[in-house]
Amino acid sequence: MATRVVVDSDPPDGVPPAGAGTGTGHYRLSHLRALEAQSIHIFREVAAEFERPTLLFSGGKDSIVMLHLARKAFWPAPVPFPVLHVDTGRNFDEVLEFRDRHTAEAGVRLVVARVQDDIDAGRTVEDTSPGATRNRLQTPTLLRAIEEGRHDAVFGGARRDEEKARAKERIFSFRDEFGQWDPKNQRPELWNLYNARHNKGEHIRVFPLSNWTELDVWNYIGEEGIDVPPIYYAHRREVFERDGMLMAVTEHLAPEADVPVFEAKVRFRTVGDADCTGCVESMAENVDLVITEVAGTRLTERGATRADDRISEAGMEDRKREGYF
Amino acid sequence: MPELLRLATAGSVDDGKSTLIGRLLYDAKGIFEDQLESIRHTSEQRGGTETDLALLTDGLRAEREQGITIDVAYRYFATPKRKFIIADTPGHTEYTRNMVTGASNAHLALILIDARKGVIEQTRRHAFLSSMLGVPHMVVCINKMDLIEWDQERYERIKSDFMEFAARLNVHDITFIPVSALLGDNVVQRSEHMWWYDGSPLLSHLESVYIGSDENFIDPRFPVQYVIRSQTPENPDFRGYAGTVASGVLRPGDDVLVMPTGTTSRIASILTADGEVSEAFPPMSVVITLDDDIAVSRGDILCRPNNRPSVSHDIEATVCWMDERSSLAEGRSYLLKHSTRTVRATAQTLHYRLDVNGLHRDETASKLELNEVGRLTFRCTEPLLVDDYTTNRSTGSFIIIDPTTNGTVGAGVIRVLATTHASPNVVRHDGRLSRLDRAAALGTSGGTVLFTGLSGAGKSTLAAGVEEAFVRTGRPAFLLDGDNLRHGLNADLGFSDQDRTENVRRAGEVAAMFAEAGTLALIALICPFEEDRLLIRTLHEQAGLPFAEVFVDTSIEECERRDAKGLYARARAGQLPGFTGIDSAYEVPAHPDLVVGPDVESLPERISLVLRLLDDLLR
Repeated sequence: MATRVVVDSDPPDGVPPAGAGTGTGHYRLSHLRALEAQSIHIFREVAAEFERPTLLFSGGKDSIVMLHLARKAFWPAPVPFPVLHVDTGRNFDEVLEFRDRHTAEAGVRLVVARVQDDIDAGRTVEDTSPGATRNRLQTPTLLRAIEEGRHDAVFGGARRDEEKARAKERIFSFRDEFGQWDPKNQRPELWNLYNARHNKGEHIRVFPLSNWTELDVWNYIGEEGIDVPPIYYAHRREVFERDGMLMAVTEHLAPEADVPVFEAKVRFRTVGDADCTGCVESMAENVDLVITEVAGTRLTERGATRADDRISEAGMEDRKREGYF
Repeated sequence: MPELLRLATAGSVDDGKSTLIGRLLYDAKGIFEDQLESIRHTSEQRGGTETDLALLTDGLRAEREQGITIDVAYRYFATPKRKFIIADTPGHTEYTRNMVTGASNAHLALILIDARKGVIEQTRRHAFLSSMLGVPHMVVCINKMDLIEWDQERYERIKSDFMEFAARLNVHDITFIPVSALLGDNVVQRSEHMWWYDGSPLLSHLESVYIGSDENFIDPRFPVQYVIRSQTPENPDFRGYAGTVASGVLRPGDDVLVMPTGTTSRIASILTADGEVSEAFPPMSVVITLDDDIAVSRGDILCRPNNRPSVSHDIEATVCWMDERSSLAEGRSYLLKHSTRTVRATAQTLHYRLDVNGLHRDETASKLELNEVGRLTFRCTEPLLVDDYTTNRSTGSFIIIDPTTNGTVGAGVIRVLATTHASPNVVRHDGRLSRLDRAAALGTSGGTVLFTGLSGAGKSTLAAGVEEAFVRTGRPAFLLDGDNLRHGLNADLGFSDQDRTENVRRAGEVAAMFAEAGTLALIALICPFEEDRLLIRTLHEQAGLPFAEVFVDTSIEECERRDAKGLYARARAGQLPGFTGIDSAYEVPAHPDLVVGPDVESLPERISLVLRLLDDLLR
């Protein structure tokens, strides 16, 4: 693992020429280590103030980084809470395989809440029209899992740079007993003092990666040598074009008859359901190349590859109000 | 290694704030094409001619519908030098709550002034709140300079108006930049229109403003956040205290005092998941293990036996009220969350309400409403361990929680009166404190450098340069200049050989005290006699204090040629008897640690020679 503390011996900028090339060193952290420290602080605060936290783990890069930070926060003790995956039944096989292996290696308990179970029990109704996704069906399943687990805190990997409804969400985000978010009635959040107070049945969503950007996440994956599912790296696979995005041909998604399928070298910037997550053409086969690619891109990861976010301007806010992440 | 800089801005679209931030973001690639396309589209739909960048983060439906920003918006961008987090808030009175939120973590406040309007109420409010929240740096951008024909005089007038107001605030670093956000002058690129401005453009300033000493590295405070216990085969009986270093530097072997229990112990190790570290400083999150098996729990603070926070049931604070549904009134009960401890507290006395625009105190106020600021005393059911906010943002702040709604209804910055403030005065008269204790607690170690040479050799200039290099990098240093000493401490001394020796002895004694206290003392003194220089050296060596002698070797001819103070001319004219080099000898140092001669001409080079010497000396 990377050296945790960097006591920099270079002089800071803005020091008079006197300091050039000398100085006895002073205390500062790189921005990644400062972000890491803040995230670790958040994990410990939750463990101290809540009784039954859980961490949402999808096998996507953000949740992987989140779990990595949780392990660091409680080391040498194990992570004191289970992780939860809301399985839509439309996930990429590579990601599910990764999820099982990774959580086993991390020694955390994995709870899987299946959207299919809610459909089968008649608690939710699936839209079976062509092109429909199970995106919105995740919310009732998530809320059921939170209720069944009696979770009072739920960690999510959302970042403020991802999407503008997320940009204004607190690190400790209050949810009422129906799991709803009220964006106009959020608690002010100052210094590193987080208000964990809630009544029974209510819960707090906690976002330890709030201040991280996509590039920060990749740089951290690189620095820490964190393993992510192979589909994040460039690989050859069969794809087709839909609404200007490249979609992978999987058991969950096939093109309409007249749409041509071709092979391309692609990678995924986000990992959602296979039927609504697009990929981008890429030559980035390893983490260093991905960092270079992300640093050079001029499109957001969601704008580029998520059909679910293109529904409307308020798509994310509406889903979040209902209890979505 | 890029650093993180958090900045808070406030202002309305009229100030050109969006344009300014937009330009920073776009040039630093903080906006993506699809985001820009989407807001360009929305701006056009609304009939606007310019792209309104507020739309970038006005992510809530209500914000878009009403065309207003109702919350703190966080924006991110990075340059190769730094990563920036901008907490952006609207500037109106009703957003005081948001401004306070944004400023609470900021290193720097960015204040915009419309050059046509000058300093207005909103400017004063923003500056006042930034000062109240202890934001260490302030940048005042005087915008729309293009609309006043780049008028330097007008710029200077606004600057002095602002300074007049700011003099009453607690802000130490204020930088003014004349800009045109619309045309890009002095934002990223230097302005060609404002040739008279010799400072940096905004972005270079943001990239280089020195934030290394913003954190308090002096007073060790480690609020225990969580106790980690482990009984794995590798760690059969592990107990460590997890937390974030609030201030100061902690090292294994340090004696610590556990507050409020008052037990003492010693740090056995400082751990992270990546292994042991030799020191921990803010804002690191670490795990500390202690030598003794004593009871420590969440809410306790580890500090040093001689440097501890105040313990009190009564907390005096400046409070910003943030709740629209209730007001803060005397007698009401709340929860205060301070550091890692939450206690019940009653608002005992509201001393006054502050007008956040003009600093006027209203002592007749009986309550605080939403967005109002006032001074209060809270009475807590359990004592809190506090420091004054100006010395410690972490142990000097709290949030107020309404126990009935669970909402966060206010925020307070703590004022600790000097009489109850334990740090740092305790350290001074406590004779038991060893130098190592002191160095460990303060994070610095002292020493003395004697600069000797003829009058006019450049001793003071060089010493002052070294002093500045130290102080600017957060290391204490102090120049004891021969001339200045003679005005005060040594005012009774003349220039006889005997008086010269006494002059040197006193300078040496004072320097040793500074060195003992952890400061680098720099003596700039002609000190012509080898015997006297040896006296200072011996004095330090016997006390085990680092000492170096720097001979500033400038020839008598050169000094006389420069004669900046006209002393040589007067000496030659017989007006200054006993003048070194003219009718009194200068004994060339026999064993100087460093000779700075005519071969090293530039001051920066000279300074860096001394700094290199000090690297070894103070190690």
